Amino acid sequence: MFIQTLITGLAIGGIYALMAVGYSLVFSVLNFSNFAYGSIIMLGAYIGYYSLTQLGLPVPLAVLGSILGAAFLAYLNEKLAYSTLRKRNASSLFFMISAMGTAIFLENLVYATIGSRFYAFPEVLTRDNITIFGTSMGMLDVFAIVFSFIAIYALHYFLQNTKLGIAIRAASYDAQVSQLNGVNINKLVSLVFVLAGALAGISGVFLGMKYMVYPTMGWITNKAYIAAVIGGLGSLPGAVAGGLILGVLETFVSAYVSSVIRDVFSFSLLIVLLLILPAGLFGKYLEEKV
Amino acid sequence: MYEYISGIITFSLIFVIATVGLAVFTGFTGLFSLGHAAFIAIGAYTSGILTYFYNLNFWLALIAGGIVAGAAAIVIGYPTLKAKLRSDYFAIATLGFGEAVRVLLENLDITQGARGLPGIALETTLPTVLAITVMTVCAAWNFINSRYGRAAVAVREDFTAAEMMGIDLFAVRMRSLVFSAVTAGIAGGLFAHYVSFIQPAMFTAALSTQLTAGVVAGGMGSISGPALAAIIFVAVPELLRVASMWRLVAYGFLLVVIMVYRPQGLFGYQELSGTFFRNYWQKIKTGYGTKP
Repeated sequence: MFIQTLITGLAIGGIYALMAVGYSLVFSVLNFSNFAYGSIIMLGAYIGYYSLTQLGLPVPLAVLGSILGAAFLAYLNEKLAYSTLRKRNASSLFFMISAMGTAIFLENLVYATIGSRFYAFPEVLTRDNITIFGTSMGMLDVFAIVFSFIAIYALHYFLQNTKLGIAIRAASYDAQVSQLNGVNINKLVSLVFVLAGALAGISGVFLGMKYMVYPTMGWITNKAYIAAVIGGLGSLPGAVAGGLILGVLETFVSAYVSSVIRDVFSFSLLIVLLLILPAGLFGKYLEEKV
Repeated sequence: MYEYISGIITFSLIFVIATVGLAVFTGFTGLFSLGHAAFIAIGAYTSGILTYFYNLNFWLALIAGGIVAGAAAIVIGYPTLKAKLRSDYFAIATLGFGEAVRVLLENLDITQGARGLPGIALETTLPTVLAITVMTVCAAWNFINSRYGRAAVAVREDFTAAEMMGIDLFAVRMRSLVFSAVTAGIAGGLFAHYVSFIQPAMFTAALSTQLTAGVVAGGMGSISGPALAAIIFVAVPELLRVASMWRLVAYGFLLVVIMVYRPQGLFGYQELSGTFFRNYWQKIKTGYGTKP
């Protein structure tokens, strides 16, 4: 029971970590909370669902499709809703409002056109169980853990070892100075959104497989924001750690206490953490920049 | 017909009260709340429970709703505002707060869970709402033109400079938050005693969004702008009978368009007054592109 709960927690935590990394990536460079991220995840899940059911694509191709689709949508989102504000050097409040507007727009557009019905993914991995060391675990959970760690590690490798990755890290410290050193910040921001969109696509498909596909599923990114605060806003290792911690704790609370208070628990955790450890585990952005 | 019109007016005025409260907070401190529906819900449930189960006087229940919502604002505001964190922390905390309150309302016994609370006495009438609206707008107006309001504007524009001048950031932000929560709670109480049936599903993030959209579209740093926007947001879709789901699509679109093209909103940083129209007329006469 204990190990099974731990595995489930890690699987959910892995998806939280994926989302939190995508959110923190945008935050670290542009310094604002991208609340539109949840709706990109939701659209990624719909793309995955339709390519599996309507187009009849095999699973790997459907995942690839939703990665590409979500990346493209995130790119469009930046170009249409944020690039003008960026050129005007607007305060982060305006970015947040614009992001919130995008989220409401996309969510309700799906609601108004596709409808509020819940769609279940075709049973690709959901039914199979594998048994390791005497505990049976869902194939989907194992797959989610493995896949989210591969994706996070790939991103880590990219950020540490490639020229573009170094440019992104430089811009996250100081966008202006990195621009003076010859970084094309416009292209860089687009790249950041494409990367975040790709992570959104992966997490969208996993969320859709684990739960269901519906217009308000993007609100699960609340958990990703809380995970990012636990780890410290803007820190990528912090986002991974925060996601895993939140996922595991939440699963234990819903397994051993009550599944009803799960969300209340996550939120109370956030409040307590803000009181005792406001910078999070690896926080670097605590106060507003002057 | 009279009842229909007065219904729309009552409804939009309830919305005006909540929006003006939020305008005092978001428009004058620059902090972005994504969970104001929770304060409305707390006010609605507190007053509704008091009149329904305990037969308390409507006015006392209304005040109690405002007080409990204000107390909730202190609970959420203390950890998030005390440490002088970035506004993102506050936005995320209010987002979580809004969801947590809704989950609690769905699971408590006294609120009768997701089924909701039916049969609350119909006490809210047009004159009541009108009187409270006038009172709220006057209170908001006096608040922002007082020492506290000017301090809030200073904090919004440059909090480092404001702090250097001896302004207590935490106290300024907290005061505005409590003010907006109390008005939201009173608006919730009026709402509960107007529709006579409340359930947790009424107070979702969509409601918080609608309030914020009203403040942003009306203009940050203005009282009359958001008030006007609130009336437009309720009355126009109601009169045109637009399908409600497309209404939210339009709100989202409007928010992005306003941020991209006119971030100051309808009446950003100014009030709807004679001077505003004179300046506007001057601008039309002299032509748009020319600078003074």
